[in-house]
Amino acid sequence: MNVDVSSKTVKEIIADIDKCTGCRACEMACSAFHAMPRYSSINPARSRIRVVADELNDEYVPVRAGNFTRTGCDGRHVYQLKGKKYSECSFCPASCPTRDFFIEPDSGLPLKCDMCEDEPPLAEPLCVTVCEPGCLTYAVRQVEAEVDAPAEREAMARGLASLVNQHGIEAVIENLKRVSKGQ
Amino acid sequence: MKYAETGFNLEVDLSTGRAERLASDPRDTELYLGGQGVAAKILFERVPPDTDAFSPDNLLIFSACLLVGTPAPAANRTVVNTFSPQTNLMSHSLFGGFFGPELKFAGYDRIIIRGKAPELVYLYIHNDRVEIRDASHLRGKGTTETQDLLKAELKDQRVQVAAIGLAGENRVYMASIDHNHASASRGVGVIMGDKRLKAIAVRGTRDLNIARPAEMFELAQALHRKIGEGDGNGDWMAVDEDDSFHHNHFAWGNARTRRKGYWSEELQQRWTRWKYDHMDRQTGCFNCAKKCRNVINWPGGRRFGYKCFGKDTYHMAAFLELDFTYEILGVAQEYGLDSYSTPQVIAFALELLEAGILTEKNFPDMPEDSRGRFFYLLEKIVRREGIGDVLADSVSHAAKRIGNGAEAFDHNTTKKFEQLPIKLGKLNPAYFLMIATGEKMSITQIEGSFPQDPLPTQEQREAFVSKWEAPPDEKFKQYFLDWKKRDDISDEATCEIVDWNEAMHYIDDATGLCGFVSSFRGQFGGGVAYHMNNIPQMIAHATGMKMDKARLWKTFQRIRTLVRAVNVRRGLRRKDERPPEDHWAVRDEKYEQELLSKYYAFKGWNSEGIPTRQTLERLDMGYAADDLERRGILKADAGAAARETVAAAE
Ligand code: SF4
Ligand code: SF4
Repeated sequence: MNVDVSSKTVKEIIADIDKCTGCRACEMACSAFHAMPRYSSINPARSRIRVVADELNDEYVPVRAGNFTRTGCDGRHVYQLKGKKYSECSFCPASCPTRDFFIEPDSGLPLKCDMCEDEPPLAEPLCVTVCEPGCLTYAVRQVEAEVDAPAEREAMARGLASLVNQHGIEAVIENLKRVSKGQ
Repeated sequence: MKYAETGFNLEVDLSTGRAERLASDPRDTELYLGGQGVAAKILFERVPPDTDAFSPDNLLIFSACLLVGTPAPAANRTVVNTFSPQTNLMSHSLFGGFFGPELKFAGYDRIIIRGKAPELVYLYIHNDRVEIRDASHLRGKGTTETQDLLKAELKDQRVQVAAIGLAGENRVYMASIDHNHASASRGVGVIMGDKRLKAIAVRGTRDLNIARPAEMFELAQALHRKIGEGDGNGDWMAVDEDDSFHHNHFAWGNARTRRKGYWSEELQQRWTRWKYDHMDRQTGCFNCAKKCRNVINWPGGRRFGYKCFGKDTYHMAAFLELDFTYEILGVAQEYGLDSYSTPQVIAFALELLEAGILTEKNFPDMPEDSRGRFFYLLEKIVRREGIGDVLADSVSHAAKRIGNGAEAFDHNTTKKFEQLPIKLGKLNPAYFLMIATGEKMSITQIEGSFPQDPLPTQEQREAFVSKWEAPPDEKFKQYFLDWKKRDDISDEATCEIVDWNEAMHYIDDATGLCGFVSSFRGQFGGGVAYHMNNIPQMIAHATGMKMDKARLWKTFQRIRTLVRAVNVRRGLRRKDERPPEDHWAVRDEKYEQELLSKYYAFKGWNSEGIPTRQTLERLDMGYAADDLERRGILKADAGAAARETVAAAE
């Protein structure tokens, strides 16, 4: 088989939820870092990490803002861990309409974690730095990704063929041009 | 633009059902910072001194203090002030957690509540939206139960709730206000209940602005790391399982019996197992690196949290063990009862029974064993049933109502407030002054910066002083270096030490800093994060105000003196400033009174403990001098001005 080996960087925030004290220093720091100008205001509602906290039931899950989704889930799992029940939502990173997490309070636009990208780069995202109880840790890994080149080409060709089928070759070319300009 | 504060008060009149968002007076922030400082000003201006605590004209003020919600670590205290039916003086109470920050993010620095609701209500605040809502479905519900119900009803897990339990609803004087597993003690729940306000639920999504963002964040992060790393901050009792100190030295029962050799290795192991077998985790407060609260899930009860000495009070009053405290705390906290004063009230009742002042008739169907009796009386008190109705008014008032010699058993109160159960041998001059003159009703709310005891050797003292950043003035280092025997220290130094201890609490309670990283903690080890040498900078960065050590010290004196003025208007005088007569076995009335006179003069107060006109004017409070003169409390006098204490030479 024809296989390319390339490597890609995976950035991970590991949350050891048994160690979370619910202090929300992470929310404070994230909202400060992303304020304009930097650190000029605090507002946990703008934070891209939220601690799903139910103090009275001993539930603490820091969750990081991921992708936006237009619709909420119709049903959801309930996980039972060490005798405590957690809704699937407690672990879900989506900015979605069923809760007011990761939605910019003024504009209503979705928020997404950018791992505190900065120039020069920070050693680690700020939520990790301020997490004194050691719940959050940061890891960067290089993973060797095996890419099966012919198989990938084949899959893309199939996708394109179906687009052409649906919209016609002209429309697909026009859109490809637009997208490539935007890049 | 406003920085660190929002610049708005929420004014709520429960009688008329009106709620208004009103701009606060920026001059008040400048002079009194926030929290208890501004609350004292509001109480002075708006509540005439003859107002009964249970009058609709009494105010109940929840303040999110000046630095709360900013990056300043562990600045999260909500302060609650009102007038207390127990002391007839200004109540001082506070709680940690997340309520204060949320109030700031909702756009308010404080909630000022007046009037009384016709029926039980709760207050819902979501940014600009403020509603007074029916709470009849919450009647009789427990404190955490109410929080759970409100979060479900409002469909918002992020709402922060402060609630009273049955004790507050029934106007029990020892009633607390509870938020998560934090609790506002020292008798403020009774007024919330009297106003028929079951709970406040707040949610905010607004920005809180910082005046000098980069400087503020850098300083805040340095302190955050300091708090997290060492053992100089936070509640060490959360991790140290050796609690021989309280058990061997504090008095059991109704502050009666010392059990000097009580603690043992076997007991420590057993109790440690009880704790860790039932502890979910330790939790912290908003933006703090520590985790002082032990969250316990004891079979048969609701999950509860405790800090510090709160784990000892019930079993020590009942002569039982830790498992009893764990069992009863889950119940007592749901009722919303102060775990410092309540066990003393129950032990007092049982003493009266033993002494024959109360009889079996007063306790129908009471069990024989101590455990059963405590649960029995707890129920009677929160329901105000039978003898419980009398006991619900706290030890001092109950003793008076019972009469027949009961007053002699009211032996551990000052200003009618239950004190920590400590009975010692020889007088400690600094502690005499602190317990006598404190207006925060508990020694833990005034002691804390200067170590409690000298170190034995010169080398140890020097080593301590060389690392000591906290003293506001070099002279405190010298006092410590020269200090060899506990009571061998000049009266002048004693006055200055007491003043410094007190200063830190007044600053914390205006800015919202936690005592475990500031006012209370420095006495143990000296390595406290916040002190007079960095708080001014933190305030300046956060607010943009001009602030330095001299100015902050003067602000402390101003707030302290205003609280005194508030209370002297309600009758506080020298005769009330007495620690419990048996606090020390050996007393010297003449010396104590001389020392008290010196301290009054040092504070710029007259021989009755009333601030002089000169003192009030020096602190920019001529209005208070005018008021005290108009009422005939102060004679137009030319008394001594407050002496400049610290490097306040402006
Ligand atoms: S900073 Fe760490 S411990 Fe604190 S809430 Fe966030 S994840 Fe939990
Ligand atoms: S030191 Fe403890 S009590 Fe104080 S704010 Fe931090 S966690 Fe809360």
